[in-house]
Amino acid sequence: MGGLEKKKYERGSATNYITRNKARKKLQLSLADFRRLCILKGIYPHEPKHKKKVNKGSTAARTFYLLKDIKFLLHEPIVNKFREYKVFVRKLRKAYGKSEWNTVERLKDNKPSYKLDHIIKERYPTFIDALRDLDDALSMCFLFATFPRTGKCHVQTIQLCRRLTVEFLNYVIASRSLRKVFLSIKGIYYQAEVLGQPITWIAPYAFAHNHPTDVDYRVMATFTEFYTTLLGFVNFRLYQSLNLHYPPKIEGQAEAERKPEEGQVYAMDSESYMEKLSALSASLARVVAPNPEDEVQVDEFPVDGESTEQEEARKKEQEAVEKQKMMFEGLQFFLNREVPREPIAFIIRCFGGKVSWDKSVCIGATYDVRDPTITHQIVDRPSLEKQVIGRYYLQPQWVFDSVNAKMCLPVADYFPGVLLPPHLSPFVSEKDGDYIPPEKLKLLALQRGENPEESGEEEEDDSDEDDDDEGSEGEEHSEKEDEGKLKKLEEQRSQGKKLPVKVSAGTVRLEDKQRAAQEEQSEEKRLAIMMMKKREKYLYQKIMFGKKRKVREATRLAEKRKAHDAATKSEKKTKKVRRE
Amino acid sequence: MEWYQDYPHVGYDLDGKRIYKPIRTKDELDKFLEKMENPDYWRTVQDKLTGVDVRLTDEQVELVQRLQKGQFGDVHLNPYEPAVDFFSSQVMIHPVTNRPADKRSFIPSLLEKEKVSKLVHAIKMGWIKPRKPKEDTPTYYDLWAQEDPNSILGRHKMHVPAPKLRLPGHEESYNPPPEYLLSEEEKLAWEQQEAVERKLNFLPQQYRCLRAVPAYARFIHERFERCLDLYLCPRQRKMRVNVDPEDLIPKLPKPRDLQPFPTTQALVYRGHTGLVRCLSISPSGQWLVSGSDDGTVRFWEVSSARCMKTLPVEGVVKSVAWNPNPTVCLVAVAVEQSVLLVNPCLGDKLLYGATDQLIEAYELPEEERLQPVTWAVAAGAEHSRGVRLIIRHGKPVKQVTWHPRGDYLASVLADDSHTQVLIHQASKRWSQSPFRRSQGQVQCVLFHPLRPFFFVASQRYVRLYNLLKQELAKKLLTNCKWVSSMAVHPAGRWGPRQPGWARPLPSLGWGVGAPRPVSCRHHKKALRSVAFHKHYPLFASGSDDGSVIVCHGAVYNDLLQNPLIVPVKVLKGHAPARDLGVLDVLFHPTQPWLFSSGADATIRLFA
Repeated sequence: MGGLEKKKYERGSATNYITRNKARKKLQLSLADFRRLCILKGIYPHEPKHKKKVNKGSTAARTFYLLKDIKFLLHEPIVNKFREYKVFVRKLRKAYGKSEWNTVERLKDNKPSYKLDHIIKERYPTFIDALRDLDDALSMCFLFATFPRTGKCHVQTIQLCRRLTVEFLNYVIASRSLRKVFLSIKGIYYQAEVLGQPITWIAPYAFAHNHPTDVDYRVMATFTEFYTTLLGFVNFRLYQSLNLHYPPKIEGQAEAERKPEEGQVYAMDSESYMEKLSALSASLARVVAPNPEDEVQVDEFPVDGESTEQEEARKKEQEAVEKQKMMFEGLQFFLNREVPREPIAFIIRCFGGKVSWDKSVCIGATYDVRDPTITHQIVDRPSLEKQVIGRYYLQPQWVFDSVNAKMCLPVADYFPGVLLPPHLSPFVSEKDGDYIPPEKLKLLALQRGENPEESGEEEEDDSDEDDDDEGSEGEEHSEKEDEGKLKKLEEQRSQGKKLPVKVSAGTVRLEDKQRAAQEEQSEEKRLAIMMMKKREKYLYQKIMFGKKRKVREATRLAEKRKAHDAATKSEKKTKKVRRE
Repeated sequence: MEWYQDYPHVGYDLDGKRIYKPIRTKDELDKFLEKMENPDYWRTVQDKLTGVDVRLTDEQVELVQRLQKGQFGDVHLNPYEPAVDFFSSQVMIHPVTNRPADKRSFIPSLLEKEKVSKLVHAIKMGWIKPRKPKEDTPTYYDLWAQEDPNSILGRHKMHVPAPKLRLPGHEESYNPPPEYLLSEEEKLAWEQQEAVERKLNFLPQQYRCLRAVPAYARFIHERFERCLDLYLCPRQRKMRVNVDPEDLIPKLPKPRDLQPFPTTQALVYRGHTGLVRCLSISPSGQWLVSGSDDGTVRFWEVSSARCMKTLPVEGVVKSVAWNPNPTVCLVAVAVEQSVLLVNPCLGDKLLYGATDQLIEAYELPEEERLQPVTWAVAAGAEHSRGVRLIIRHGKPVKQVTWHPRGDYLASVLADDSHTQVLIHQASKRWSQSPFRRSQGQVQCVLFHPLRPFFFVASQRYVRLYNLLKQELAKKLLTNCKWVSSMAVHPAGRWGPRQPGWARPLPSLGWGVGAPRPVSCRHHKKALRSVAFHKHYPLFASGSDDGSVIVCHGAVYNDLLQNPLIVPVKVLKGHAPARDLGVLDVLFHPTQPWLFSSGADATIRLFA
């Protein structure tokens, strides 16, 4: 055998990966710059299939990047900007040290800056790609928009985040694409459907942040830098798709002109414009006025391989969505001052309702409390002194629950001071076998158009589960019984010499054929499992473990609920007794 | 003044003469006396320049006191005099200073003119440009105006998108259903868990109304962790296995089609008081012999479960073996350091009489040969009990086994030397040690049922010796930690099956001809024994978990085809005692019946 000697780790997967430190050295960047670059360019480490091979025989914990990715970074123009920035900082520090203020001024004027447009285009070659990745961008921008104007990051960033999120909210209102909302203990989750893509984001409750010390704000700021650029371009495109002006313009400029006549100077025009926009009460101006006749009836083509049932289900769903969009149409809401204004105004406007608040709360109020046309007033206090007849006073949860139920829920459960029904997550879709809370069952019945009091599905479900459990236990019981009987017989036999022989009438033991067949089948299965290959057995046991855990979890929840219901019932009874 | 410390003078006068220090011969006592006597001592200061004591005047003392208070030295100085604003913004009619103005204040500066003209020239030439207005607000445009399909590169196809965050469930609601709230113990458990181990990264909480909901303290943390995940977490594409677990179960022939095999417990043989270690059955299948830790060997009638005979021996019975030759009625029993050859005197009177005659017909050889053991003839009470011959080994005997012809028997000693395996010839009362070297600790030995082969199992290996050629024919690796027993398929086509002993390990089947072993891992605990049936394609294994598994093993004539092994029945009955379950299993020679002996001092027959 001739030829060169083959060396280890010179071909194959070992050459496809590069460790982080080596990558950094190859790019001649500091760790911070490398991190920034990776964040902006969306380069992430890869987990090699055979880590030891890639690690050249060592088992030390290392992060690996694809060599191709790093080579791709080599050509990035931003890398040069990073170097320029480094030089700029050095010069600036020197000028400060020498107290050359003119130079400082000049340097600051010529501060190197870069744009991320090309990176966005490169990372998201199509618009849909960008939409798919919008979840984190939105959540981050919503967080940054609530930061105080001092301290943690640049004021411009915060303002930009605020502007972009408000623009996005306005787009969602204009396109009526909000689908689900959820009041969680972490914040408010929203899910919108934009061009068929579900976009979920979370906005924190409007409180001052308790800034943690163990968080690296530079990393977050870098992400935000990228996300704001992305969100800006996405907003532009979205506004364009609806024929809206970008930057957004509020419809009916007459209102703006009317302002000086009233003689109330509120603020500078530019500021008040932003605030009016963020009040979310006015609709946006369109480039071309919409014409209702223009709406084209879309022809429907049956999709191949779709049965008529599926098609009908799809149609039904579409109809439901259309209905949901017009849910609050014709309703007039008024938000009391203790209610979080922005989220609720946003939700109501998304579904076609009109909303207003007290003038002193925020700019953009359109009508007063005394307006007789108000149908719903959202209140979050235990009781109200003056109540106007002709409108519902409701707690804010009603709005959220109604949106998730895709229908206006009965108002009785949501009056002020009433113990609210549980708020369920709209993101959970239960499969069969999962635990479904009784409230959800009630809601499903309501959606089907049934009267919830009549149906007693929950109990049936519970009893079903119980039956299953008993089945498995029953087998063991029977085996044990048999064993016990045999033992008794044997004892009798062994002691038979001493005992006076006695024959007692035996009882006829009925043989349950079905049960016997079942037992036989289950034993067959057990024996077959014994013959499985090791790997398959492992997989099988893992799957079965997961299934069992699921069932266990469901039964645990059901039991807990049962116990809770029983406890509340008994409590009620005792209260009644005491009253009597 | 330090310079003059060591000199008597303190300097020089104008004439260059020394100025002497005043004579001071004050010691501490003088100082003290002066302090006591002199009323002006407190205001007396030594002038360091001249070395003379100076008494401060009243004015001087007052000055010192003022300075100590931080006041001005001058008594008459008023620090708060009203300020007169001479250079105020008001233009007064009189100049503040009387100085005449400079000439250069009337004449334009040439230097400045030069500088300005240079700048003007530079501006005119376009060298100096006005600063660009700063653009603070980013401009956006339609970035995806032309979606170019070519811009979708290979790297986009290879891209592993980060998984989205899990959507919140009911438990995250501000007002969840009551079953999702944690009870006190669960809360405690949650708090004691590591942050990584927790299933939920928050405590579910219930608030009565929306206004009571506080800010979430870890909101920024969670966003930050997401950021870290996005840029630091290694990604890998993994295919989710989406299989129906039912598909994984192999399709085997139904056990019903593979009958006959033992299915139910038919008889229980009671009588032993200690755990029953070993079983053996007569070639006719009528009698069963068992050895136990209680120091007895019992003979049973198989069909009636009656104990026909009890043979007390001194010590634990390690192994029993019924002579496979149907014309001889002889049982080998391994007790302590000896092997007893017992005539049970059961069954046909002619048969056991003939056996006795055979033993008595032995004649001493002419020349005495050196033997590793001593043969002794039992006499007296022992003879009346049935013991005929005693082979005394110097060491404890672990196992005995007969050659299928029934003349030779092999015994295994608990010893590490090369004499741990001995082969005895009963008719000639002659023993020999077949091996010259020790091959590790021998666990058990076995004669091949048809061919002249001899299996020796050490802890990890099974060696196969050819007795005719007197050489090692094969060495088999068992892949288990400890071989506890082995059995050979009666046709001899199938090699030994050795169960692991130290841990739940497989029983392995070896084709002697075919190189492929078949292993089955069924038991949950260590295997104790295995057995093949003589006629039916059945084998059984007993284990410490108290169960016996009966398998149907179809062996094909084509050696290349793997045998199909189907477990057909799990027989339970023995109660595990002292971590031991089933100790020995045995098949009936003709019927599909299975005997098993257990640590619960019973023998059970499954039919």
